[in-house]
Amino acid sequence: MYVAVKGGERAIGAAHAWLEETRRGDPAVPELSVAQIGQQMPLAVDRVMAEGSCHDRFLAALAIKQAKGDLIEAAFLLRAYRTTLPRFGASEPLDTALMRLRRRISATYKDLPGGQVLGPTFDYTHRLLDFALAAEGEPRASAPEAASAVGVTPRVTELLAREGLMQRETPVEAEPGDLTRQPLAFPAARDVRLQNLARGDEGFLLALGYSTQRGYGHAHPFVGEIRVGHVAVEFTPPELGFPIEIGEIGITECQMVNQFKGSRTEPAQFTRGYGLVFGHGERRAMAMSLVDRALRAQELGEDVTAPAQDAEFVLYHSDNIEATGFVEHLKLPHYVDFQSELENLRAIRRTAEAALREAAE
Amino acid sequence: MSTMDGYNFAYLDEATKRMIRRAILKAVAIPGHQIPFGAREMPLPYGWGTGGIQVTASILGPADTLKVIDQGADDTTNAVSIRRFFTRVAGVETTARTGEASIIQTRHRIPEKPLREDQIIVYQVPQPEPLFMLEPRRAEAKRLHALADYGLMHVRLYEDIARLGHIAKAYDYPVMVNARYLMSPSPIPAFDNPKMHRMAALQLFGAGREKRIYAIPPHTEVHSLDFEDHPFRPIRAPHACALCRSTDTYLDEVITDDAGGRMFVCSDTDFCAERQARAAPQEAAE
Repeated sequence: MYVAVKGGERAIGAAHAWLEETRRGDPAVPELSVAQIGQQMPLAVDRVMAEGSCHDRFLAALAIKQAKGDLIEAAFLLRAYRTTLPRFGASEPLDTALMRLRRRISATYKDLPGGQVLGPTFDYTHRLLDFALAAEGEPRASAPEAASAVGVTPRVTELLAREGLMQRETPVEAEPGDLTRQPLAFPAARDVRLQNLARGDEGFLLALGYSTQRGYGHAHPFVGEIRVGHVAVEFTPPELGFPIEIGEIGITECQMVNQFKGSRTEPAQFTRGYGLVFGHGERRAMAMSLVDRALRAQELGEDVTAPAQDAEFVLYHSDNIEATGFVEHLKLPHYVDFQSELENLRAIRRTAEAALREAAE
Repeated sequence: MSTMDGYNFAYLDEATKRMIRRAILKAVAIPGHQIPFGAREMPLPYGWGTGGIQVTASILGPADTLKVIDQGADDTTNAVSIRRFFTRVAGVETTARTGEASIIQTRHRIPEKPLREDQIIVYQVPQPEPLFMLEPRRAEAKRLHALADYGLMHVRLYEDIARLGHIAKAYDYPVMVNARYLMSPSPIPAFDNPKMHRMAALQLFGAGREKRIYAIPPHTEVHSLDFEDHPFRPIRAPHACALCRSTDTYLDEVITDDAGGRMFVCSDTDFCAERQARAAPQEAAE
């Protein structure tokens, strides 16, 4: 009888089989291929690559299929795979000024070198359900080809920096930190903070970024620039000693321009909030750059009053694989702890009841 | 030796195991002190025992015999799943018998049977920082440990006594290790705390999500925090086990019907089974 409450090998096996059955759904409906997910759910793939911290469209699409579309579960699958891969080293810094752009917009200038390039964006669509999509017919009209490719596009923040209006970042020669190898420690340097945010949960980043706009933190941000496209990755193998191009990755970069009132040693100027994520992820990149700027409060001598400015709070709670694990582990058995709480509560009540009785007598 | 293609013995690559073993050595050298380590993502979720699994994977050898328990039992789903994981990736012998295991990975319990010097017990730890409820900031908690400033915890326990007449912490009851570091024993019932004191086996604690390892070397002093006039007292349900009649083991309460019916049985299933097996021939003879 009481053994029934304990789990068992058979129960797990049966549960896994059922899971697999529900993953596939009705066999009368054609199976979704990994290629279809990769092609037709590219933004889901991008999010899984970002939170899974691994740039591989095929693996991310496979993970989405296996996870029944649960993107956090998919990111988890990808992370668990990533962790088994050897680490060869750090690439050369990406030069996003040389990106092959699909989209590039600035909210701070009406026009600028390289121009505003809208690219494939939802921004100006009307959010009306398109019932024609349900018909699943032939592909519809394709986009017209532009007369010429996007030309040279200097970064907006660089234009400001040349004028002395944008604070320059100090280049760091050392290899950047990697929190998949070294645990977080505080105070956390900006490289590690940015890595943490780039892998962080999109919803968490979004809410934190949003909070800085609503008075929790002193943000006065402008989108200096968002650029989406592909960039070459260069790596210097120790046996060669010079960088070679090893491939190209899709990224979204956001540079947020923020006010800074200046200090005793520095005149007032703009400061940067930076976001860089795998794939096409504008919401994530923008939220990341807001939070990055908020986390610089201390270094810029601003009051640290809001959650988004609190590095320990933000960085320890941004990882959705860690968060979902710990929240969901509450469904594991806890009856040993609960039993001691039961006895504890009974003892407290016994004492209290005895005291009450005594008082009544 | 590995039974799964494409993966190293016991899943982790050797460089990672070496990094974790270094953290373990540091932890053993400073009993009760939390050592940060580069915890890896594991194929099991955080909260399911990733810290314990990484520690076990790093110390496991092909000749080891592994026992995995959750809530004291070998047959709870998570224990089954972790045991299966190591069978898959390391192909080691597993056992449910406490006496036969060289490594015991546990969640929330210490076996009733005293452990020996040639055994290692690996605890799964959700929250390695004993002060986290009182001081959530790790940077500040680290400072308090460095100064051995544990006043916050003493005040917390004193407040229980002032309000309730006794310390109302029933599990994850804080201990002082080697008279130096305040340590979380992991969420074992306070009943199990005395077993940690001068235990013959090496005790290793792994917290995966929080990326900390700590340890208690064999025969180390481990004291549950208390006050002279309010000594530590372990709590257990005041009953005998319905199956093996033991009166000094930790019991699970099992609800048997919806009319208030309940029974109490040993949480340590192996201990209980062994006692039942020993009693059976005697009863038959009687």
